Amino acid sequence: MSPRPGFVLEVDRSTPSTLFWHGEGYRLEKLPIGSRVIYAPEPFHALRDPDAAVRQALDHPLGDSQPLRSLLRPGMRLTIAFDDVSLPLPPMRSPDVRQRVIEAVLEVAAAAGVDDVVLIAALALHRRMTDDELRHALGSRVFDAFAPNGLLWQHDAEDPSNLLHLGQTEEGEDVEINKRAAESDLLVYVNINLVAMDGGHKSVATGLASYKSLRHHHNVRTMRASKSFMDRHHSQLHTSNWRMGRLIAAAGVKVFQIETTLNTDTFPAEFRFLQRREWEWSLRDRAGFLATSKALERTPAEIARRLFHSIKSPHDLTSVQAGEVEAVHDRTLQMVHAQQLVPVEGQTDVLTMGLPYICPYNVNSIMNPILVACLGLGYFFNLYRNKPLVREGGVLILSHPTPWAFNPVHHPSYIDFFEQVLAETTDLVEIESKYEHAFATDPWYRHLYRTSYAYHGVHPFYMWYWCAHALEHLGRVVVVGGDRAAVRRLGFFPASTLADALEIASDVVGRDPSITHLHAPPLLIADVS
Amino acid sequence: MKALVFEHNLARFAASRLASAVAGSGHGVGIGPLELLEIDPPELPGQGWVRLEPRLAGICGSDLATLDGRSSRYFEHLVSFPFIPGHEIVADATGGRFDGARVVVEPVLGCEARGIVPPCNACAGGHKGSCDRIAFGELAPGLQTGYCSDTGGGWSAGLVAHESQLWEVPAGLADEEAVMVEPTACAVHAACSIGSSSSVVVLGAGTLGLCTIAALRAFSLPGRLLAIAKHPQQRRLAAELGADEVAAPDEVTRAARRITGTFGLGHVEGRIERLAGGVDVVLDCVGSAQSIEESLAIVRPGGEIVLVGMPGSVRVDLAPLWQREVCLRGAYAYGSERRPEGTRPTFELAFELVEAARLGRLVSASYPLERYEEAIGHAAAAGHRGAVKIVFDLRRQSRLPRMTSPKEAE
Ligand SMILES: [Zn+2]
Repeated sequence: MSPRPGFVLEVDRSTPSTLFWHGEGYRLEKLPIGSRVIYAPEPFHALRDPDAAVRQALDHPLGDSQPLRSLLRPGMRLTIAFDDVSLPLPPMRSPDVRQRVIEAVLEVAAAAGVDDVVLIAALALHRRMTDDELRHALGSRVFDAFAPNGLLWQHDAEDPSNLLHLGQTEEGEDVEINKRAAESDLLVYVNINLVAMDGGHKSVATGLASYKSLRHHHNVRTMRASKSFMDRHHSQLHTSNWRMGRLIAAAGVKVFQIETTLNTDTFPAEFRFLQRREWEWSLRDRAGFLATSKALERTPAEIARRLFHSIKSPHDLTSVQAGEVEAVHDRTLQMVHAQQLVPVEGQTDVLTMGLPYICPYNVNSIMNPILVACLGLGYFFNLYRNKPLVREGGVLILSHPTPWAFNPVHHPSYIDFFEQVLAETTDLVEIESKYEHAFATDPWYRHLYRTSYAYHGVHPFYMWYWCAHALEHLGRVVVVGGDRAAVRRLGFFPASTLADALEIASDVVGRDPSITHLHAPPLLIADVS
Repeated sequence: MKALVFEHNLARFAASRLASAVAGSGHGVGIGPLELLEIDPPELPGQGWVRLEPRLAGICGSDLATLDGRSSRYFEHLVSFPFIPGHEIVADATGGRFDGARVVVEPVLGCEARGIVPPCNACAGGHKGSCDRIAFGELAPGLQTGYCSDTGGGWSAGLVAHESQLWEVPAGLADEEAVMVEPTACAVHAACSIGSSSSVVVLGAGTLGLCTIAALRAFSLPGRLLAIAKHPQQRRLAAELGADEVAAPDEVTRAARRITGTFGLGHVEGRIERLAGGVDVVLDCVGSAQSIEESLAIVRPGGEIVLVGMPGSVRVDLAPLWQREVCLRGAYAYGSERRPEGTRPTFELAFELVEAARLGRLVSASYPLERYEEAIGHAAAAGHRGAVKIVFDLRRQSRLPRMTSPKEAE
């Protein structure tokens, strides 16, 4: 039986309550009759032999690329860069896709007699990965072969001795990337394309870039012109990355891009109810829901967080393609769209969404209020093609506990951003012009980014810029069940229940608004007509 | 006349201390050593003394500490009992060269008021606050009006003051502004005592903290001025009066690190317990063990901590003071300040600042003497209740029968 496509439910009298994610937990909500609920398509079947599929991709590349083996020769310098801990979400059960792909690449390289090989985690301005996280992504064989010999690197966007300025694009954008990667005879990039934003030229041009280079597209102007940043053909973020990628190629950096796509099988068996449609819940799903809900009621936040962050996702591989960046990425997008697109008719006045415990920047960490905003107004709001799910001037209702809490190791500059910057203003342009430079160049943040496990000092700004399109578009943002002070600091409206939130929304959209709930994760892209 | 009298009664004092310890500052008043009594006005101690009828008299943090029994035993030799508190005073004067004038009292009881000739070196140099004879001379001990049994104090219908203590209030200055001159003078003295500095933190945003922020902006021009304020009203005023940044009390170290760009130190990387470098100067307008610890955590090596708020007996780890060669000193009262235009009395500068920065707006509420328990309770919870300065309003109090001066009798 082939997997069913996505589905838009219209709530009627017989519809059971709808599951809303709520951080480290979930709530059952009764949506008003007539509301719509958008469900992701069912998971595509996994590739029967993923390792064979990887080998096949390396041997039969797309675009004008030659097979990997013919690009390799003894004495050459080979660098393999890979996506970092921000992908996939939740982290996948072993073996991770990166492990499969990198083992296959190393096998071909060994056969070709290549012995100068360095692995680089493409962090951009993200925190460094821990050894455990690297071991999980790469597998023990690869980790043990490279890490002890100093051949497993993490990209350092603040290391002037290992950055190379390749030039400026025709738009005057500096292209500065990891020197080892740029000077290698071949740069293999290993990607996990969880959402449509990922991959393509963005892999190298962003993942291996410096702040000097990133700031050309990670800014308010660009993000306001990315509608959405999940749709590369309508995203200035991507247009800029594509210019940079082409300059990188023109500068002589030879990139062999390997992209992978995953199905929407997001949660392991004991949490399977999280990706089933409520009226189809089996007795086992019901029992799973009741058991975990009951347990979570009594569990302190810290323990609940650890419990959820230990979830490893099935995330089966649905495709792998390799070769020339643009040809590869076109194929990848087709696969992502095939798995995730759900046709939706017309926009809505009120869009509701339950936000889960995890986003790309809090793996094994706390989802602080800035990340809550970014996940809701950045990622989920932008999960559309054509038109936003919610109409211009409409209301976005998020459900998340939004604690006034931060992980000081991972997000030190976030704390300052929240305490100082957002206390002063939530205005994007003012924030960018008045504060970004100081945070981006603060020596302590730089020290923590380079030597500890901290996101770069400028990173919270990017999270806020990620909300730019939504902040311009929305009439109001309401957060259900969040810390009231934290929610207000974000410039949003706190509400204790969904009913309260709808009441607050009615000031903007009237008494009888159309309501749509985005039932994610599992992730989907609403194709709004 | 009516007066709030502070008696030296150990049993009551102990009870007050206990009550305030249990219930918080200002709660010790009802059972404490303060009583509203009908008493005779104080006698004129001698030549150059005049009678004053207070119009407004402020309640100061040091008054609250005294009432709660929190003030240091250090002051035992520098006060005389019973005394009438109140040293922030705007009053009508009778007699002498200020006869009929509205005046502000400069409360330090230095050599001149005490009839000590020749004056001590400090007084001779215009630095009354540093007078070393405040327990001697023709008056009972008392560092200021409001702590001396011979002079009376502001929390009454009448007191006496030496002409050398008086400043005539310009006609255009309201009573609410004039009553702010004394606390402002303390702040001006503190602000004028620090050199040019690129980063300054003011801890505390009660009356003294806010006046200090205004004084720093007017007289010291710090590069970056960070104010630490707890309550919304305090935060707003701190920003209005010239703080570049205002942070909450639990954000002190992080905010101080930000304005200096130094590194943080903590048990977990990214969490900040103290700073590796730090700010040039901390003006501590709180004076608690915690505020001094915080000051030590954020001041740079070779930097300076100025205690502007009155501290008491505190327990503080001085290892950082030693290792970082930090200077810890007090800033008390006033006298004269060296300014680019020459040496000027602190009070003169304070008058200017009160007017320029409109510090009269810090007076939040006034009470008649009879409602002193309420007034003191309000002052003790001022920040929490969105207030800053609480004063006694004596303008509608039954005034003293106008006394005939000896000259007029002739
Ligand atoms: Zn003297």
